[in-house]
Amino acid sequence: MSERSQSRLDTVLGVVLAFGMVAALYMAFIEAPREKTMGDLQRIFYFHVPIAIAGMTSFAVNFAASLMVLIRKNRWWDHLALAAAEIGVVFFVIVLVTGSIWAKPEWLVWWTWSPRLTASLILCLLYAAYLLIRNYIEDPERRALVCAVFGIIAFLDAPLVWFSIRWWRDIHPSPMLETGGLSPSMRPAFYVCLAVFQVFLVYMLRRRFFLESMRDELETFERQIG
Amino acid sequence: MAMKKIWAIFQKDLLIELRTKDTLNSMLFFGIVVLVVFNFALESLRDSVHSAVPGVLWVAFAFSGTLGLHRMFASEKENSCLQGLLMIPADRGGIYLGKMLAATVFMLIAEAIIFVLSLVFFNLTVWKEIPYLVLICLIGTLGFTAVGTLLSAIAVNTKLREVLLPLILFPVILPVLVNAVEATAILLNKSDYGALKLPLTVMSVFTIVFVTVSYLLFEYVLED
Repeated sequence: MSERSQSRLDTVLGVVLAFGMVAALYMAFIEAPREKTMGDLQRIFYFHVPIAIAGMTSFAVNFAASLMVLIRKNRWWDHLALAAAEIGVVFFVIVLVTGSIWAKPEWLVWWTWSPRLTASLILCLLYAAYLLIRNYIEDPERRALVCAVFGIIAFLDAPLVWFSIRWWRDIHPSPMLETGGLSPSMRPAFYVCLAVFQVFLVYMLRRRFFLESMRDELETFERQIG
Repeated sequence: MAMKKIWAIFQKDLLIELRTKDTLNSMLFFGIVVLVVFNFALESLRDSVHSAVPGVLWVAFAFSGTLGLHRMFASEKENSCLQGLLMIPADRGGIYLGKMLAATVFMLIAEAIIFVLSLVFFNLTVWKEIPYLVLICLIGTLGFTAVGTLLSAIAVNTKLREVLLPLILFPVILPVLVNAVEATAILLNKSDYGALKLPLTVMSVFTIVFVTVSYLLFEYVLED
């Protein structure tokens, strides 16, 4: 795709996102019914869960891109992997923060070491470590390979982290969609938010990817001059 | 043939260690310091301190193990020994396996001594649990060094060097640590041995997955 059609796609995505975000806010705060026991507190769910799913999608993108770095030895994939890891970490920090905001009135504590919470925190730390490694390797070719290796390790580790702590007492609500616990009247709002945050993820991935590509290009020019 | 090369690298590391004793000394000393520090930290738990012993033990193992893992590649950086190592006609995975085995042996030796000391410090008696303890330590340590050796090779070639290793190692190693602590607790509390199956399975799966993956990926992390 040419640069012009790329930027046109970004504009379209941006406009869709602007309307989508407004729609998501409307659905979550006005359209969706008030929950019986939790009241308005429950509305944070429409952001907490879709962002968590978008965050996990982002880590999966990082894994796929990391594999491609090793196969193709191509910096293009490395830029995508970086974008995915960074956005995944940001999303998971939002998940942990919104979760804490919900937990304080509901569980009366900000934090508890339940499996779901612990696994999310560890996932966050794993990809923070990924970003940390990036800072300390200067050669871009080697950085791409080493980070790809760590990205693969981190993604394979995630299910093991989950299995190793699953027997802890879990007070986190179980996934409502699987158990059918989400009332049909709440579903439209949830699905709108889910879709909007997936679009948001794509948009952010594209922006971060282009930023990284430009930075890389600039670095290459600087090296040629210097 | 491949086995012979792995064995040669393993022997080389052991021989260097026998002559200098740098790695084992620092690992042991650090492990003992951790035990002593925890003794003060857990002062308020004096009556129920036994329930904290598995956790303390594995923290001591993991911290001293991190020191040992760091030395595995840091020592090769001196006089560009790593370049020499890369020139031997063996695949990079062989270097990984040799280094991993050496790190495992160092850690097991350190663990044995730290464990005996902890029996004294925490007033524990174990006899018939020893075979199971050895098994837990063996699987746990293998899992630890499987990832640790790979990440040590990554860390040593960064600007941060030894500082980076624990930062990237501990989040990854968590499944092994949690299950090793769990299994050790089952043994030391003399509860039902059937419960050992689950943590041992998770640890074994972790070890198998990460030995395989690290073996395959090791060639990408070394500097040519």
